[in-house]
Amino acid sequence: MRVLLRNPRREITIDGRRRVHALLNELGLSREAHLVIRNGELVPGDGELNDDDEIEIRPVISGG
Amino acid sequence: MKCRTCRNPAIIDLPRHNANFCAEHLQQLCRRQVEKAIHDHRMFEPTDHLLVAVSGGKDSLAVWDILHELGYRTTGLYIALGIGEYSHESQTFAEDFAARRGLPLVIESLRDDHGFDVPTAARATGRVPCSACGMSKRHIFDRVARDGGYDAVVTGHNLDDEAAVLFGNALRWDVEYLARQLPLLPARGGFPRKAKPLVRLTERETAAWCIVRGIDYIVDECPMAAGNKHLAYKQALNLIEEESPGAKASYYLGFLERMAPLLSGLSAQQADELASCARCGSPTGAETATDGSTVCAFCRLSEKARGHEPVPVEMLMSKSARRAAAKEARG
Repeated sequence: MRVLLRNPRREITIDGRRRVHALLNELGLSREAHLVIRNGELVPGDGELNDDDEIEIRPVISGG
Repeated sequence: MKCRTCRNPAIIDLPRHNANFCAEHLQQLCRRQVEKAIHDHRMFEPTDHLLVAVSGGKDSLAVWDILHELGYRTTGLYIALGIGEYSHESQTFAEDFAARRGLPLVIESLRDDHGFDVPTAARATGRVPCSACGMSKRHIFDRVARDGGYDAVVTGHNLDDEAAVLFGNALRWDVEYLARQLPLLPARGGFPRKAKPLVRLTERETAAWCIVRGIDYIVDECPMAAGNKHLAYKQALNLIEEESPGAKASYYLGFLERMAPLLSGLSAQQADELASCARCGSPTGAETATDGSTVCAFCRLSEKARGHEPVPVEMLMSKSARRAAAKEARG
Protein backbone atom coordinates (compact mmCIF):
# COMPACT_ATOMS: atom_id res chain seq x y z
CA MET A 1 0.00 0.00 0.00
CA ARG A 2 1.06 3.59 -0.56
CA VAL A 3 1.32 5.59 2.64
CA LEU A 4 1.48 9.38 2.75
CA LEU A 5 3.21 10.74 5.86
CA ARG A 6 3.23 14.39 6.90
CA ASN A 7 5.58 16.81 8.65
CA PRO A 8 7.60 16.44 6.52
CA ARG A 9 5.46 15.25 3.63
CA ARG A 10 6.77 11.98 2.16
CA GLU A 11 5.45 8.75 0.71
CA ILE A 12 6.43 5.17 1.51
CA THR A 13 5.28 1.77 0.25
CA ILE A 14 4.36 -1.04 2.63
CA ASP A 15 3.80 -4.60 1.42
CA GLY A 16 1.02 -6.78 2.75
CA ARG A 17 -2.29 -6.29 4.56
CA ARG A 18 -2.25 -4.74 8.02
CA ARG A 19 -4.62 -3.44 10.64
CA VAL A 20 -4.29 0.29 11.36
CA HIS A 21 -2.85 -0.24 14.85
CA ALA A 22 -0.28 -2.71 13.54
CA LEU A 23 0.85 -0.25 10.85
CA LEU A 24 1.22 2.60 13.36
CA ASN A 25 3.19 0.35 15.73
CA GLU A 26 5.42 -0.79 12.88
CA LEU A 27 6.19 2.82 11.95
CA GLY A 28 6.71 3.80 15.59
CA LEU A 29 3.84 6.31 15.50
CA SER A 30 1.68 7.11 18.51
CA ARG A 31 -1.98 6.06 18.16
CA GLU A 32 -2.92 9.04 20.26
CA ALA A 33 -1.21 11.46 17.89
CA HIS A 34 -2.31 10.17 14.47
CA LEU A 35 -5.37 9.44 12.37
CA VAL A 36 -5.47 7.18 9.34
CA ILE A 37 -7.46 8.33 6.30
CA ARG A 38 -8.46 6.26 3.25
CA ASN A 39 -10.37 7.90 0.38
CA GLY A 40 -11.16 10.88 2.57
CA GLU A 41 -12.61 8.74 5.38
CA LEU A 42 -11.22 7.78 8.77
CA VAL A 43 -10.24 4.18 9.39
CA PRO A 44 -10.46 2.93 13.01
CA GLY A 45 -7.68 1.07 14.84
CA ASP A 46 -8.86 -2.41 13.93
CA GLY A 47 -9.62 -1.41 10.32
CA GLU A 48 -7.95 -3.62 7.73
CA LEU A 49 -5.70 -1.94 5.19
CA ASN A 50 -5.21 -3.70 1.85
CA ASP A 51 -2.22 -3.93 -0.43
CA ASP A 52 -3.76 -1.68 -3.07
CA ASP A 53 -4.90 1.03 -0.61
CA GLU A 54 -3.62 4.58 -0.70
CA ILE A 55 -3.72 6.00 2.78
CA GLU A 56 -2.63 9.08 4.66
CA ILE A 57 -1.32 8.95 8.20
CA ARG A 58 -2.13 12.39 9.54
CA PRO A 59 -0.43 13.72 12.66
CA VAL A 60 -2.76 15.64 14.94
CA ILE A 61 -0.28 17.27 17.31
CA SER A 62 0.23 20.98 16.79
CA GLY A 63 2.82 23.04 18.53
CA GLY A 64 1.23 26.48 18.69
CA MET B 1 -15.64 -2.14 15.49
CA LYS B 2 -19.13 -0.79 15.99
CA CYS B 3 -20.36 2.60 17.10
CA ARG B 4 -21.23 2.60 20.80
CA THR B 5 -24.41 4.53 20.14
CA CYS B 6 -25.97 3.06 16.98
CA ARG B 7 -23.97 -0.18 16.37
CA ASN B 8 -23.17 0.89 12.78
CA PRO B 9 -19.54 0.53 11.63
CA ALA B 10 -17.24 2.85 13.59
CA ILE B 11 -14.78 5.24 11.99
CA ILE B 12 -12.77 6.02 15.11
CA ASP B 13 -11.76 4.37 18.36
CA LEU B 14 -11.47 6.62 21.41
CA PRO B 15 -9.74 4.64 24.15
CA ARG B 16 -10.33 7.36 26.77
CA HIS B 17 -14.06 6.80 26.37
CA ASN B 18 -13.52 3.04 26.02
CA ALA B 19 -15.72 3.33 22.93
CA ASN B 20 -15.86 3.60 19.15
CA PHE B 21 -18.02 5.98 17.14
CA CYS B 22 -19.47 6.41 13.66
CA ALA B 23 -19.18 9.84 12.00
CA GLU B 24 -22.60 10.98 13.18
CA HIS B 25 -22.06 10.05 16.82
CA LEU B 26 -18.50 11.34 16.88
CA GLN B 27 -19.99 14.72 15.98
CA GLN B 28 -22.63 14.32 18.68
CA LEU B 29 -19.90 13.57 21.23
CA CYS B 30 -17.87 16.63 20.18
CA ARG B 31 -20.90 18.94 20.28
CA ARG B 32 -21.89 17.70 23.71
CA GLN B 33 -18.39 18.15 25.11
CA VAL B 34 -18.31 21.73 23.82
CA GLU B 35 -21.78 22.45 25.21
CA LYS B 36 -20.70 21.03 28.56
CA ALA B 37 -17.59 23.22 28.65
CA ILE B 38 -19.66 26.31 27.76
CA HIS B 39 -22.25 25.45 30.41
CA ASP B 40 -19.91 24.36 33.23
CA HIS B 41 -17.68 27.40 32.90
CA ARG B 42 -20.49 29.84 32.04
CA MET B 43 -18.62 30.95 28.93
CA PHE B 44 -21.31 32.74 26.90
CA GLU B 45 -24.88 33.91 26.74
CA PRO B 46 -26.89 32.90 23.64
CA THR B 47 -26.94 36.51 22.40
CA ASP B 48 -23.19 37.13 22.76
CA HIS B 49 -21.18 38.15 19.70
CA LEU B 50 -18.04 36.01 19.70
CA LEU B 51 -14.69 36.85 18.11
CA VAL B 52 -13.13 33.51 17.11
CA ALA B 53 -9.35 33.58 16.71
CA VAL B 54 -8.65 31.44 13.63
CA SER B 55 -5.27 30.24 12.45
CA GLY B 56 -6.36 27.98 9.57
CA GLY B 57 -5.52 24.95 11.73
CA LYS B 58 -7.88 22.18 12.82
CA ASP B 59 -8.71 23.46 16.30
CA SER B 60 -9.71 27.01 15.48
CA LEU B 61 -11.74 25.95 12.45
CA ALA B 62 -13.41 23.18 14.49
CA VAL B 63 -14.40 25.54 17.30
CA TRP B 64 -15.71 28.10 14.81
CA ASP B 65 -17.70 25.39 13.03
CA ILE B 66 -19.18 23.99 16.26
CA LEU B 67 -20.12 27.39 17.69
CA HIS B 68 -21.72 28.40 14.40
CA GLU B 69 -23.62 25.10 14.33
CA LEU B 70 -24.77 25.64 17.92
CA GLY B 71 -26.28 28.94 16.81
CA TYR B 72 -23.82 31.47 18.22
CA ARG B 73 -23.15 34.74 16.42
CA THR B 74 -19.49 34.55 15.42
CA THR B 75 -16.87 36.57 13.55
CA GLY B 76 -13.44 35.15 12.76
CA LEU B 77 -10.16 36.96 13.27
CA TYR B 78 -7.12 35.84 11.29
CA ILE B 79 -3.72 37.37 11.98
CA ALA B 80 -1.14 37.19 9.17
CA LEU B 81 2.05 36.54 11.11
CA GLY B 82 4.50 36.71 8.20
CA ILE B 83 5.82 33.17 8.61
CA GLY B 84 6.52 32.70 4.89
CA GLU B 85 4.52 30.20 2.85
CA TYR B 86 3.04 28.70 6.03
CA SER B 87 1.19 31.94 6.72
CA HIS B 88 -0.05 32.28 3.12
CA GLU B 89 -1.45 28.74 3.15
CA SER B 90 -3.07 29.01 6.55
CA GLN B 91 -4.76 32.29 5.56
CA THR B 92 -6.23 30.56 2.50
CA PHE B 93 -7.74 27.82 4.69
CA ALA B 94 -9.28 30.40 7.05
CA GLU B 95 -10.67 32.44 4.14
CA ASP B 96 -12.08 29.36 2.36
CA PHE B 97 -13.83 28.16 5.52
CA ALA B 98 -15.36 31.59 6.15
CA ALA B 99 -16.49 31.90 2.52
CA ARG B 100 -18.09 28.41 2.48
CA ARG B 101 -20.03 29.10 5.68
CA GLY B 102 -20.78 32.71 4.73
CA LEU B 103 -19.21 33.91 7.97
CA PRO B 104 -17.44 37.25 8.48
CA LEU B 105 -13.65 37.14 8.81
CA VAL B 106 -11.49 40.05 9.99
CA ILE B 107 -7.89 39.92 8.76
CA GLU B 108 -5.07 41.78 10.44
CA SER B 109 -1.48 41.68 9.20
CA LEU B 110 1.51 42.08 11.51
CA ARG B 111 3.67 43.29 8.60
CA ASP B 112 1.12 45.61 6.95
CA ASP B 113 -0.58 46.93 10.10
CA HIS B 114 2.31 46.93 12.57
CA GLY B 115 5.47 47.00 10.43
CA PHE B 116 7.06 43.69 11.43
CA ASP B 117 6.54 39.92 11.33
CA VAL B 118 7.17 37.05 13.73
CA PRO B 119 10.64 36.00 12.47
CA THR B 120 11.83 39.62 12.60
CA ALA B 121 10.36 40.18 16.06
CA ALA B 122 12.02 37.02 17.36
CA ARG B 123 15.41 38.03 15.98
CA ALA B 124 15.13 41.69 17.05
CA THR B 125 14.16 40.89 20.63
CA GLY B 126 16.04 37.63 21.19
CA ARG B 127 12.76 35.92 22.09
CA VAL B 128 11.93 32.44 20.85
CA PRO B 129 9.53 32.78 17.87
CA CYS B 130 6.59 31.13 19.71
CA SER B 131 6.88 33.70 22.49
CA ALA B 132 6.91 36.71 20.11
CA CYS B 133 4.06 35.14 18.14
CA GLY B 134 1.88 34.36 21.16
CA MET B 135 2.31 37.79 22.67
CA SER B 136 1.50 39.55 19.38
CA LYS B 137 -1.60 37.43 18.82
CA ARG B 138 -2.94 37.99 22.35
CA HIS B 139 -2.47 41.75 22.03
CA ILE B 140 -4.30 41.89 18.69
CA PHE B 141 -7.12 39.59 19.86
CA ASP B 142 -7.68 41.88 22.84
CA ARG B 143 -7.61 45.10 20.83
CA VAL B 144 -9.87 43.88 18.02
CA ALA B 145 -12.33 42.53 20.61
CA ARG B 146 -12.30 45.83 22.50
CA ASP B 147 -12.60 48.04 19.41
CA GLY B 148 -15.28 45.86 17.83
CA GLY B 149 -17.38 45.53 20.96
CA TYR B 150 -17.29 41.72 20.97
CA ASP B 151 -18.49 39.95 24.10
CA ALA B 152 -15.66 37.40 24.19
CA VAL B 153 -12.57 36.14 22.40
CA VAL B 154 -12.73 32.42 21.63
CA THR B 155 -9.63 30.35 20.99
CA GLY B 156 -9.27 26.75 19.84
CA HIS B 157 -7.13 25.51 22.74
CA ASN B 158 -7.91 21.83 23.23
CA LEU B 159 -7.39 19.34 26.04
CA ASP B 160 -3.89 18.41 24.80
CA ASP B 161 -2.87 22.09 24.66
CA GLU B 162 -4.10 22.76 28.17
CA ALA B 163 -2.65 19.55 29.63
CA ALA B 164 0.74 20.36 28.04
CA VAL B 165 0.73 23.92 29.39
CA LEU B 166 -0.31 22.63 32.81
CA PHE B 167 2.52 20.09 32.68
CA GLY B 168 5.05 22.84 31.85
CA ASN B 169 3.74 25.18 34.54
CA ALA B 170 3.75 22.37 37.11
CA LEU B 171 7.31 21.38 36.18
CA ARG B 172 8.34 24.92 37.13
CA TRP B 173 5.68 25.30 39.86
CA ASP B 174 4.84 28.61 38.26
CA VAL B 175 1.86 29.41 40.48
CA GLU B 176 1.02 32.70 38.75
CA TYR B 177 0.53 30.95 35.42
CA LEU B 178 -1.22 28.02 37.09
CA ALA B 179 -3.70 30.43 38.67
CA ARG B 180 -4.61 31.85 35.26
CA GLN B 181 -4.84 28.56 33.38
CA LEU B 182 -8.63 28.45 33.21
CA PRO B 183 -11.05 27.74 30.34
CA LEU B 184 -12.74 31.08 30.99
CA LEU B 185 -11.01 34.30 31.94
CA PRO B 186 -13.58 36.96 32.80
CA ALA B 187 -13.25 40.46 31.33
CA ARG B 188 -11.11 42.61 33.62
CA GLY B 189 -9.50 46.04 33.48
CA GLY B 190 -9.97 46.47 29.72
CA PHE B 191 -9.13 42.87 28.79
CA PRO B 192 -12.01 41.05 27.06
CA ARG B 193 -13.51 37.80 28.31
CA LYS B 194 -11.58 34.82 26.91
CA ALA B 195 -12.99 31.35 26.45
CA LYS B 196 -11.66 27.96 25.37
CA PRO B 197 -14.68 25.80 24.49
CA LEU B 198 -12.56 22.85 23.23
CA VAL B 199 -10.89 22.06 26.56
CA ARG B 200 -12.84 18.81 26.87
CA LEU B 201 -11.76 17.53 23.41
CA THR B 202 -8.38 16.05 22.50
CA GLU B 203 -6.68 17.19 19.33
CA ARG B 204 -7.23 13.74 17.82
CA GLU B 205 -10.94 14.43 18.28
CA THR B 206 -10.83 17.96 16.84
CA ALA B 207 -8.86 16.67 13.82
CA ALA B 208 -11.43 13.89 13.38
CA TRP B 209 -14.23 16.50 13.58
CA CYS B 210 -12.64 18.41 10.69
CA ILE B 211 -12.19 15.28 8.59
CA VAL B 212 -15.77 14.04 8.99
CA ARG B 213 -17.10 17.56 8.38
CA GLY B 214 -14.98 17.98 5.23
CA ILE B 215 -13.09 20.97 6.65
CA ASP B 216 -9.73 21.53 4.97
CA TYR B 217 -7.11 22.88 7.33
CA ILE B 218 -3.37 23.37 7.39
CA VAL B 219 -1.85 20.04 8.39
CA ASP B 220 1.78 21.11 8.17
CA GLU B 221 3.36 22.21 11.42
CA CYS B 222 4.47 25.80 11.80
CA PRO B 223 8.16 25.87 10.77
CA MET B 224 8.91 28.05 13.81
CA ALA B 225 7.41 25.55 16.28
CA ALA B 226 9.68 22.59 15.50
CA GLY B 227 11.45 21.44 18.63
CA ASN B 228 9.52 23.63 21.05
CA LYS B 229 8.89 22.44 24.60
CA HIS B 230 5.13 22.42 24.17
CA LEU B 231 5.45 19.66 21.55
CA ALA B 232 7.77 17.67 23.81
CA TYR B 233 5.27 17.90 26.69
CA LYS B 234 2.48 16.71 24.42
CA GLN B 235 4.53 13.73 23.29
CA ALA B 236 5.33 12.86 26.91
CA LEU B 237 1.65 13.06 27.89
CA ASN B 238 0.64 10.92 24.90
CA LEU B 239 3.05 8.19 26.05
CA ILE B 240 1.24 8.18 29.40
CA GLU B 241 -2.17 8.32 27.69
CA GLU B 242 -1.41 5.23 25.62
CA GLU B 243 -0.59 3.29 28.78
CA SER B 244 -3.44 4.79 30.76
CA PRO B 245 -6.31 6.04 28.56
CA GLY B 246 -8.03 9.06 30.06
CA ALA B 247 -4.90 10.24 31.88
CA LYS B 248 -4.77 13.62 30.10
CA ALA B 249 -8.42 14.39 30.82
CA SER B 250 -8.04 13.28 34.42
CA TYR B 251 -4.91 15.42 34.84
CA TYR B 252 -6.31 18.64 33.36
CA LEU B 253 -9.98 18.39 34.32
CA GLY B 254 -8.92 17.25 37.83
CA PHE B 255 -6.75 20.37 38.06
CA LEU B 256 -9.74 22.55 37.18
CA GLU B 257 -11.96 20.83 39.71
CA ARG B 258 -9.65 20.42 42.67
CA MET B 259 -6.54 22.59 42.30
CA ALA B 260 -7.64 25.76 40.48
CA PRO B 261 -10.09 26.76 43.27
CA LEU B 262 -7.18 26.79 45.72
CA LEU B 263 -5.33 29.27 43.48
CA SER B 264 -8.27 31.59 42.82
CA GLY B 265 -7.13 34.16 45.40
CA LEU B 266 -3.85 34.57 43.54
CA SER B 267 -5.68 35.02 40.26
CA ALA B 268 -7.85 37.81 41.73
CA GLN B 269 -4.77 39.55 43.14
CA GLN B 270 -3.18 39.66 39.65
CA ALA B 271 -6.31 41.34 38.29
CA ASP B 272 -5.72 44.30 40.59
CA GLU B 273 -2.23 44.99 39.24
CA LEU B 274 -2.95 46.58 35.82
CA ALA B 275 -1.90 49.92 34.33
CA SER B 276 -2.58 51.58 30.97
CA CYS B 277 0.08 51.43 28.21
CA ALA B 278 1.44 54.91 27.47
CA ARG B 279 1.74 54.08 23.73
CA CYS B 280 -1.42 52.17 22.79
CA GLY B 281 -3.66 52.58 25.83
CA SER B 282 -4.09 48.84 26.31
CA PRO B 283 -4.23 47.46 29.82
CA THR B 284 -0.91 45.98 30.89
CA GLY B 285 0.70 44.28 33.83
CA ALA B 286 4.12 45.73 32.84
CA GLU B 287 6.13 47.53 35.48
CA THR B 288 6.15 51.33 35.52
CA ALA B 289 9.47 52.86 34.39
CA THR B 290 11.39 55.41 36.48
CA ASP B 291 9.90 58.25 34.39
CA GLY B 292 6.45 57.17 35.52
CA SER B 293 5.32 55.74 32.14
CA THR B 294 4.21 52.17 31.53
CA VAL B 295 4.66 50.55 28.11
CA CYS B 296 3.05 47.20 27.35
CA ALA B 297 5.11 44.22 26.21
CA PHE B 298 3.65 44.33 22.67
CA CYS B 299 4.60 47.99 22.13
CA ARG B 300 8.12 47.32 23.42
CA LEU B 301 8.44 44.34 21.07
CA SER B 302 6.92 46.28 18.20
CA GLU B 303 9.32 49.22 18.64
CA LYS B 304 12.35 46.95 18.50
CA ALA B 305 11.06 44.83 15.61
CA ARG B 306 9.98 47.74 13.38
CA GLY B 307 13.51 49.11 13.35
CA HIS B 308 15.01 45.76 12.37
CA GLU B 309 15.68 44.59 8.84
CA PRO B 310 13.13 41.89 7.83
CA VAL B 311 14.36 38.40 8.74
CA PRO B 312 13.44 35.47 6.45
CA VAL B 313 11.74 32.49 8.12
CA GLU B 314 14.56 30.09 7.16
CA MET B 315 17.05 31.98 9.32
CA LEU B 316 15.13 31.02 12.46
CA MET B 317 14.34 27.43 11.64
CA SER B 318 16.28 24.72 13.45
CA LYS B 319 18.80 22.74 11.38
CA SER B 320 16.55 19.68 11.40
CA ALA B 321 13.53 21.77 10.31
CA ARG B 322 15.57 23.32 7.47
CA ARG B 323 16.72 19.87 6.34
CA ALA B 324 13.15 18.57 6.42
CA ALA B 325 11.87 21.56 4.45
CA ALA B 326 14.60 21.15 1.83
CA LYS B 327 13.80 17.44 1.54
CA GLU B 328 10.11 18.18 1.12
CA ALA B 329 10.85 20.83 -1.54
CA ARG B 330 12.87 18.25 -3.46
CA GLY B 331 9.89 15.87 -3.30
